[in-house]
Formats: sequence, C-alpha cells, structure tokens
Amino acid sequence: MFSFEFMQNAYLAGTLIAIVSGIMGVFVTARNMPFMTHTLSEIGFAGAAFGIFIGWTPLNGMLTFTTISSILVGELSGKVESRREAVISAISGFFIGLGILFLSLSNKNSSYATNILFGSVIGISRQDVLQMVVLSVIVLLILFVIFRNLKDDSFDPVGAQTNHVHSSLISIIFLVLLAFSVSVAAQIVGSLLIFVLLTLPAASAKYFTHTVLKMMMLGIAFALFGVWFGLYLGYVTNWPVTFFIATIEAGIYAISLGYNYLQSRSE
Amino acid sequence: MSDTLISAENLSLSFPNHQVLSKLSFKVNRGDFLGVIGENGVGKTTLVRLILKQLRPSSGKIILKEGLKIGYVPQFRNIDVEYPLSVRDFVSLSYTGIKLPWLSKKERTRVGEVMNRVGLTAISDRPLGLASGGEKQKAYLAQALLNHPDLLILDESTASLDPNTKKELLDVVTMLNNDMGLTILFVSHDMQLIHEYPDRYLWLRRDGYSTGAISDLHNDSKGELYV
Repeated sequence: MFSFEFMQNAYLAGTLIAIVSGIMGVFVTARNMPFMTHTLSEIGFAGAAFGIFIGWTPLNGMLTFTTISSILVGELSGKVESRREAVISAISGFFIGLGILFLSLSNKNSSYATNILFGSVIGISRQDVLQMVVLSVIVLLILFVIFRNLKDDSFDPVGAQTNHVHSSLISIIFLVLLAFSVSVAAQIVGSLLIFVLLTLPAASAKYFTHTVLKMMMLGIAFALFGVWFGLYLGYVTNWPVTFFIATIEAGIYAISLGYNYLQSRSE
Repeated sequence: MSDTLISAENLSLSFPNHQVLSKLSFKVNRGDFLGVIGENGVGKTTLVRLILKQLRPSSGKIILKEGLKIGYVPQFRNIDVEYPLSVRDFVSLSYTGIKLPWLSKKERTRVGEVMNRVGLTAISDRPLGLASGGEKQKAYLAQALLNHPDLLILDESTASLDPNTKKELLDVVTMLNNDMGLTILFVSHDMQLIHEYPDRYLWLRRDGYSTGAISDLHNDSKGELYV
C-alpha cells in the first residue's frame, strides 16, 4: 500500500490532520463551537471553489475565505451567545451560495466539487503535504504559546475575566487557528465532514479523562485511529475514505456516550 | 496607613437612568472580614466590579493598596453536569500567562496546597461537573486562592447552598481569615450569615449606607432589618 506515493501522502497528511484536530477539538468542544466549525468548512468549500475559479490551489482559496470569515463572525457576534448562531447561519448561507456561483463560473466538471465537499485521497500532492506541514506547525506553535490563557478562557470564561485574560483577543486568535485547521482537515475528509475530526474525537475523549492535556492525547488517538484505519479500509475496499473515517469517529462517540451512561448508572 | 487595602471616598456610580452608589466611604484593612449586605439591586456586585476595576466611578475615588492581589469568587458560572475537567485541573486554570502548557512542580504543589486548605483533596480527580454545589463553591474558592491573594472577594457564594453547606464553606473562609490573615470581603443578602461570620459590615441601601462592627448591626436602625 505504501509503495504508492499518493498513499504515503495521504497517511502523512492524515496524521497531521489528526494531531491538529485532536488538540483543537478539545477547545472547539469547550467553547461550544461545533456549529461554527461546520460553518467554516462550508465557507472553506466556497473558498476552494473561488481558488479554482481564479487559478489558485483549492487550499489557498480555502485559507483566504475561512480566515476572513472567522474574523468576521468573531467581530459580528461578539459576546452575545444567542446572536452567534444566527450570524453563523447568515454567513454560512451566503458563502455556500458564493461557492456554487464560483463552481459554475469556473467551468470545471463536477468532480472538482465532490472532491472539495467529500475529500479525496488521490488529490493530495507532495506539495500539498508540505503546505499542510507548515500550516500545522504554525497552529501548534501558536497553541503552545497561548495555551494557558486559551485553556482558562475556554474552560472558565467567567474566571478568565478576573485573571485578566484578554478574552476577545484570544477568541480571534482561536478562530483564525480554527480556520487554518479546517482548511488543512478538509483536504482529506472533505469540507462537509470536517467536524467529524474537529469535534467528535475530543467530544468522545472528555468522557474518559478529565484533564485538558489528557483529553488532547486521547482526542489525537481517536482521530489517528479513524484516519489511519479509514485510509486502510478505503484502500482495500475502494469505498470512500471519508465514509470510513466518519463511521469510525461516530462509532467511537457512540461508545463513549454508552460508557458515560454506564458510569453514571453505577454511581 | 500601610495596612489599608481598600479605601473608598465619596464613591458614586450612576448608570444612564439610575444612581447605584452614592457618596460611599469605607476602608478595608488587612485582616478584616467585611460583610457587604443589602437587597438585590442596591449595588453590591457593582461595588465589587469597582474594586476589580471593571467599572470606573462617576465621582469620588477608590484606592487599592499598591500591588494588591485579589482573589475573586464570582456569583455565576456555567458548570453543567458534563463539564469534563477534574477539580484539580479546574483549580489550576488560574495559572495563566505565556508560559509552558504544563504546570511546574512548584505550581503543582501549590494546587495541592489550596485544595487541601479548602478540603477538596479527596475528590481532586473527579470531574467538576459531577461535584455537589458545595464542592463546586470550594473549587471556585481554591482557584481564587491559587495566586496568593491579599484579599478574597466572595460574591453571593452561599446563595444556592443548603444551610449545612453554607456553614461548611464559611467555616473554611473563617479559617483562612484567622489562620492566614487573609482579608475577606463577603457579599451576601443573608442577614443571618452576616451576623454570624464577618467582624464588620457594610450595609448598602437604596437611600444610603451604614457601616460598623457586627456587634452594632442589631442597633442599626437606619434600615429595616430583614432576615
């Protein structure tokens, strides 16, 4: 299997994506942002279509769109939690519309669209992998630097105010990191199913372990398991990799909910 | 005076359509256990926010001792049953700043210390979401103690607790006040608790305020006593 360069690329990319998603997912879950993540992935779709339309790579188009819109959502919704969902709906609808427009304008056949939406293993080049490495390292480095403040702001926003954590700055930085992560993850699972990696592994991990660092480790493990195993099954069966990854991660989530249920009954 | 931590002079604050605090003067000295009492809406939390510098007075001034470190236990927090962090990890959240993600040995020791102080050691690895109301308040208290504050502010921390748990929590606070000399500002609308625990009171009312030793609270005739 590894004698094919595209499989090597896929595994390299998948491993990076799993690491970034496992870590970011812990904060996505704590900050209650799965819907925002989903929206960024739809925006990513529009960005990729835009990239293709003007002759960039889809990844660069995605990065541009997700970064701009994440800042926009952060600024528009501000502190009003209840408004955030509506703002996200508006922005997401607008961007999906744009994506459809760019796709039709660019005259590419529809397989491009399916690649963006559902992901494609074969589409990842060495060049893409390199760019993903750079992006992932940037995300991880910034996370490393702001870790303590992000942790406080995500897990105890009320306390963070008293600890003089600059909450709005942390939020914006986090949204931009999320935009990067979404763009990277979309390469393999597709923009429609990004939350499968950016939400489910971390959301599952929180039922098994109770410190931020351990949740990250377990989140990475769950994501890696899904990606590696999914790629293998996709290779063997020729069915879409995304289907396998989504099914595995959803399965892990179901098991963790069951585990939690049993735990709470035994107490 | 060097042991005055907070000094307010003619402190007033008005919002666009109403005045909350008017010409309030008081002092908090090191080692005090001050109870701030008053009905809802008289400005107790507003006063706390002025001390925390989250609000600025409309007139008058409030002076904090230079370098004063405040530990604050806020009134509301969203901790639901699925909140995943262990009590220990929650307490350590107050170690913020641009530093290594993991705690140093010294920091870990300190986390253990504050949890021991408030009596949480036995449940330190349990998820905070599954802790009882009293245990949660103790965890908030431990978190506020983490960075060695000079002054501890408790904003209605006992409001949602049953009588036994209230007593348990305030016994811990009293111990912090007696043994460590920690200055306490305890905000509450529970007159009975104010009679029992603090040694001084600051009573905020719609038409003014009064302050004095707790032993004088019985004779405080400016307002209607309510229990």
